[in-house]
Amino acid sequence: MTLAEIRDLLDAKMVMGEEKLHMEIHTAFGADLMSDVLAFARSGCLLITGLSNVQAVRTAYALDIAAIVICRGKALNDKFVETARELGIPILWTPFIMFETCGRLYREGLTGCVKEIVVEDIRSAHEG
Amino acid sequence: MITLENISEKLSLKCKCCWENLSREVTGGYAGDLLSDVMANSTAGNVWVTRQVHQNIVAVASLKEHAAIIVVQGATPGQETLDKAAKEGIPILVADMNEFEVVGRLYQLLRPEQA
Amino acid sequence: MPMKDNEKYLEGRYEIQGRDFVDAGLVSSRIKKSLKAMGVAEDVIRRVAVLTFEAEVNIISYATQGTISYYVLPDTIIIEAIDVGPGIIDIEQAMQEGFSTADDSIREMGFGAGMGLANIKRSSDLFEITSEPGKGTCVKCTLMIKGRVQSEET
Repeated sequence: MTLAEIRDLLDAKMVMGEEKLHMEIHTAFGADLMSDVLAFARSGCLLITGLSNVQAVRTAYALDIAAIVICRGKALNDKFVETARELGIPILWTPFIMFETCGRLYREGLTGCVKEIVVEDIRSAHEG
Repeated sequence: MITLENISEKLSLKCKCCWENLSREVTGGYAGDLLSDVMANSTAGNVWVTRQVHQNIVAVASLKEHAAIIVVQGATPGQETLDKAAKEGIPILVADMNEFEVVGRLYQLLRPEQA
Repeated sequence: MPMKDNEKYLEGRYEIQGRDFVDAGLVSSRIKKSLKAMGVAEDVIRRVAVLTFEAEVNIISYATQGTISYYVLPDTIIIEAIDVGPGIIDIEQAMQEGFSTADDSIREMGFGAGMGLANIKRSSDLFEITSEPGKGTCVKCTLMIKGRVQSEET
């Protein structure tokens, strides 16, 4: 689906990134805990979260996540919007709860992203 | 109306406690990991989908009279959490699948007319 | 363990204040921008961004203050997070996914699920951690890179 189609499906407002409305999204990851996002989400996915603070934007930036959907109609502060602009991350804002948001997107064919298995041949752990 | 038993079977969930309550009917679903949000916005009879596993989730589910908690992406509730859940009569079901997949399928089950 | 002999490779050092949740992830994004400008491979940058973010959050959540330094050597990138704080009593336990000593305020910020140290280790090629209860913790992560320039075969 494109971000434009996602916006319409979720009765969402495009807060940032209108120039990327044509961007194709295939996978999604829903979470409020950013550690889970850092552990499991994949680059290029759509992050769906109710965490409306700047860490969501920074987390998305760290992982090269395609766009963020802020659900539950949570208010976005200036710092959030400013950081999203600075880091170039499209933001959609929907009044729907996470359950409804993920439910609709799943119905339309998005799948959950799964982190790639990384080969562990050069890893070791030491205790100093 | 759909029961926890139906959901558990269709989503291949593993029940970790309160099996006797799996006949409970489910009114809807709520997904989220921020406790204050879940307390503010979820409703009685909901199945709560989350990755949180500390024992506070039982207090929240009990307060909001959730039907059950589904813990996703292989997160493991500790014994303290399970003991508390058993005491409160809240089934905890565990899924290997990630949140998006679990919610997606649960949504389809709860609203077959929109599938 | 601190990187005294490799100071010439030090690219940046950032101070972090404990409980400063508003800025969590800021150091991670700065280091990421810097590595991007250097042409480091994307997947390496992503791993650095993840582990730095988690290290930052740990300092903010649990320590009084700390520093994150990053070094870019010819074949490796090293990130070092040193903090002053209560330290970790049982490192093995702290490394377990899901084990957390977070309070509710940390959880409400979207952190504290107990994934931090596990995420850091997973993102590193070499992971070293030491801690002295009552004093602080030091985490050192080494990532291998194939030279500084982005490889043509992705």
